[in-house]
Amino acid sequence: MKTQKYMNPYLAGFLLGLVLLGTIYVTGRGLGASGAVKSVVLSSVVSVAPEHSANTPFIKTYNEEHPDGPLNDWLVFEVIGVIIGAFFSGVISNRVGIKLERGPNITNQTRIIAAIIGGALFGLGSQLGRGCTSGAALSGMAVMSFGGIITMLAIFGSGYAFAYFFRKLWLK
Amino acid sequence: MAPLVPFIISNEFNLIIALIAGIGFGFVLEQAGFSSTKKLVGLFYGYDFTVLKVFFTAGVTAMIGVLLFGQLGILDLSQIYINPTFLQSALVGGAIMGVGFIIGGFCPGTSVCAASIGKLDGLAFVFGSGLGVLAFAEGYPVFEKIYLAEAWGPVLINEKLGMSKIVFGFLLTAIAFIAFLLTRLIEKRVNNDQSSLPKNKVIMYSSAVGFAFFVLILIAIIPDSPSRLEARINDVLHQDLSKVEVPADKLASEIVNNYYRINIIDVRSPEAFKAYHLPFAINIPIDKMSDRQWSKILDQKHKVNYFYADAHQLAKQGYLKAGFLGKAENYILIESSSDFKKLFSELVPPASDASKKEQNTYNFRLKAATDMKMLVEALKNSTEPVIAKTTKIKGGC
Repeated sequence: MKTQKYMNPYLAGFLLGLVLLGTIYVTGRGLGASGAVKSVVLSSVVSVAPEHSANTPFIKTYNEEHPDGPLNDWLVFEVIGVIIGAFFSGVISNRVGIKLERGPNITNQTRIIAAIIGGALFGLGSQLGRGCTSGAALSGMAVMSFGGIITMLAIFGSGYAFAYFFRKLWLK
Repeated sequence: MAPLVPFIISNEFNLIIALIAGIGFGFVLEQAGFSSTKKLVGLFYGYDFTVLKVFFTAGVTAMIGVLLFGQLGILDLSQIYINPTFLQSALVGGAIMGVGFIIGGFCPGTSVCAASIGKLDGLAFVFGSGLGVLAFAEGYPVFEKIYLAEAWGPVLINEKLGMSKIVFGFLLTAIAFIAFLLTRLIEKRVNNDQSSLPKNKVIMYSSAVGFAFFVLILIAIIPDSPSRLEARINDVLHQDLSKVEVPADKLASEIVNNYYRINIIDVRSPEAFKAYHLPFAINIPIDKMSDRQWSKILDQKHKVNYFYADAHQLAKQGYLKAGFLGKAENYILIESSSDFKKLFSELVPPASDASKKEQNTYNFRLKAATDMKMLVEALKNSTEPVIAKTTKIKGGC
């Protein structure tokens, strides 16, 4: 069976916009992603190292504000949905399978290391910027939040500014 | 009126909504190709602008929808979550995320999508982002200054730019449209693509853009829901309402005998209410009547509502507005609040040669005034207005 083509980007964007609009209509809030990572990570730290957590101000505050843990966190449920939805989409378009995508000039190992470093930077930046591409940029744009749109410009602006230096990771 | 959480949908069921929203989100992201790191990074090297197309179309679609729902009065825009602005952390955090994007080839949402269909680089990115969050939490004291600097609160971009929401809506839609055209040109040059769009696609795209602007124009010309309500009230304001107008003596006897079956609603300003109000009155200023917390008073069938103000016109407006907002049984007090005060709190005994009828009225009012005072005193604790807990919707990452 052949892998199916991706959806027309404008149609996908329109559908994504409707999902976001529906979410705002029903819940009064937008979509997100990095917050779920935060919830899972910080809750795990709390359960693995309770003493350490009590001495770390940021984790302590977070734990006090979210006493129910990740199982009562909106974003955690949303991201579980993302996993299901993406997997389902992958199945119907025949794209599921263990794979690793990388630029033509780097090894698999380099790609994995770069992905971890990139993820770490994104994770850290999303905490500092109070949201990532979904929670701050996209959802912020929908509700015309100044902070959200500034974050969006900063993400993409910085991506373009540094693209040249990391071209070896991606281009021939 | 939406948002449906937490008034119509409980916070527990909201988690199921989260799951459903996430499924839609993940499905569309994967269908759009966001599970492929090469497709995502193409944005930065000019060979594939899918990210920009999807992202901008989604943002504009949702923004126009939010504007439209707000204008139609089916979504309360004052209730939805607006990401607060912390200028420094937004810029610095955004810049760090940008570097993370170009090195890692994903953003958090897309990495989850990629991992879900078996991409190992996506999984590595998710793992990395966990490390990043942990690093931030552990190193928080280092970041704290930037994190909390320049806290502007939930500012809107149109306010910052000094324009109305709808003007910004037009502007952003136009920017998106121009960006789509430009990126197509860049994509063609980078990929050495000589093809031109087939005719049916040109027609489809132009009608989509046309439709977006059509909805925006519609939003700009239809009056918003408060002004539509006001127009409806003004249309019927001259009507004769004498059938639902109640004299002060009738209301006083209702208060004395049936205080538990009536709501007395003062539609004046809180200041005027504070200075003097009728016994057991609750203050719902006329311009706050559509607030959701009052629907349980304006839209119920157990108690009868009596509206009063100082100017009779205002009381009438309150009565009419209540009729549009709910299906409770409503009446208007003929007298103003100061007349009511004169009649019951500043009672003057009639002259000794007054008629029997005058004497009777005086006796009735004296008794009613004493009874009302006693009732208010006796029920002081149980009728103190309950301060409604307003839950603020949380959001963001």
